[in-house]
Amino acid sequence: MTERVIDIEGLRKSYGDLEAVGGIDMYVDRGEVFALLGPNGAGKTTTTEILEGYRQRSAGTVNVLGHDPAKGEHALKQRIGIVLQSTGVDPYLTVRETVEMYGGYYPKPRPTDEVIDVVGLSEKRDERVRRLSGGQQRRLDVAIALAGDPELLFLDEPTTGFDPSARRNAWEMVKNLVSLGKTVWLTTHFMDEAQYLADRVAVIAKGVIVAEGPPSSLAGRDQMQTTIRFRPAAGAPAPPELGQIADGGGVLRLHTDQPTRAAHELTGWAIDHGVELDVFEITRPSLEDVYLDLTDSQEGTS
Amino acid sequence: MIREVARQFRFTNKAFWRNPAAAFFTFVFPLLFLVIFTSLLGNGTSPLYEGGPLIKTSTYYVFSMAAFGLISACYTNIAISVVYAREGGLLKRLRGTPLPARSYLTARVLHATFVGFLLVAITVVFGRIAYGARIPGTTDTLLFILTLLVGAGCFAAIGLAVSGIVPNEDAGPPIVNAVILPLLFLSGIFIAYQDAPAWVNWVGKVFPVKHLVDAMRAAYLGAPFHWSDILVMAIWLIGAVVVASRTFRWEPAR
Repeated sequence: MTERVIDIEGLRKSYGDLEAVGGIDMYVDRGEVFALLGPNGAGKTTTTEILEGYRQRSAGTVNVLGHDPAKGEHALKQRIGIVLQSTGVDPYLTVRETVEMYGGYYPKPRPTDEVIDVVGLSEKRDERVRRLSGGQQRRLDVAIALAGDPELLFLDEPTTGFDPSARRNAWEMVKNLVSLGKTVWLTTHFMDEAQYLADRVAVIAKGVIVAEGPPSSLAGRDQMQTTIRFRPAAGAPAPPELGQIADGGGVLRLHTDQPTRAAHELTGWAIDHGVELDVFEITRPSLEDVYLDLTDSQEGTS
Repeated sequence: MIREVARQFRFTNKAFWRNPAAAFFTFVFPLLFLVIFTSLLGNGTSPLYEGGPLIKTSTYYVFSMAAFGLISACYTNIAISVVYAREGGLLKRLRGTPLPARSYLTARVLHATFVGFLLVAITVVFGRIAYGARIPGTTDTLLFILTLLVGAGCFAAIGLAVSGIVPNEDAGPPIVNAVILPLLFLSGIFIAYQDAPAWVNWVGKVFPVKHLVDAMRAAYLGAPFHWSDILVMAIWLIGAVVVASRTFRWEPAR
């Protein structure tokens, strides 16, 4: 039996004449990692901050763990953990003191050392916050959000500004949280992040949801045609007609619903004629292709 | 609530002493000024109050600088550190936790009061040892503490109110000082004046700085104590709380 942790219906938010969020419906079930994906200024942070209780909505209903976050209730704040986009911690406290301080605001905090271990800051536990690197401070942000042992965690662009290995570490950390049974609301503009972490993705552009689903089948990605690019060596006879078109530099490109068959025909032809294919690529549409498609078409309509 | 406040006080205190700039400006300035002013101007005598007995000018400055210390600890320290915490996103983060706003603010104000009391004690003891700041009458300790408490509350509340009108981090120190420095001069904190123009006397009457230092001196040195001094500070306290409740912001301007 799944339990709705977040339920959003017809959510709107306007700043004066500007509509930042234009009527969205969404839900998140317990134990899920949900990613809100979109370009900067699409309404990700506005939506997230409405769920966290920082912003008042203009219209619609929002339910987070059975509460209306706009009321700022103590009972809700005790059950959620928030990682904001920008950090803000007292620079003169140590890592351990900081986690201990925030943990103390909650009824049932997790043991301080355990939280520090989860985010991989054990070696820095007695270091003052101001001496941490940017990536370490970001991990401390997550530690603070975990200190109260929340059921639901909001991560607003948690890895922006990370180098690739720090991002990998952060991802492993989020996977760990999921194995602890947490529900995670994630915003990101990185496709690979959403693909790796999320059970379900919604793409937001200009304040509206343009697609929603598991990353593997978002916007019919799983049913889209596969692209094959190839280039026969110079002087080869004409390849079989499979609907290919020129792709520049002598490369030919074709789209097919039957990639196995097309590949077989091509390679069979090449071997029969003793032709080498010096370019030969088979690609499924990536989440990025789908995303760019979705957000571009949205740009176009405005 | 009490446990929450005590806990928050502990962390605020830890962070305060580790911030060299805050600790330096709050603690060193009053003592430094005391030494400078007393060396330059402290050799004469001044009347304790109009028509009252003469006291050494160094004694006069001990209380001016003790009042200055209390104002630095409460008003300046709170206004600047709250702006810093707000613009750095600290207040926003706290807002997302179950810690009630009133517990956080109470702990901050209590800590500022604690630092202010410490400064007053250090200044008075230092003045006694270094300058033999003499006490002609008898100290009314209770009145003295009451004065300090009302003064601390008044200036902390003004600090919170002013923090709300400071747009960003960089504007913090200039605005906060621009509000208080002229008042300190016009209230006789830095320069012991007599026969000042009428408007200067009015400034002293309307704003709380002169009332604080007059009440401190009166309670400590045994001069006639005017409850109007306490009343004016209390009015400013209430006014500042009303303004602060409207201007106080939790989120950075960005």
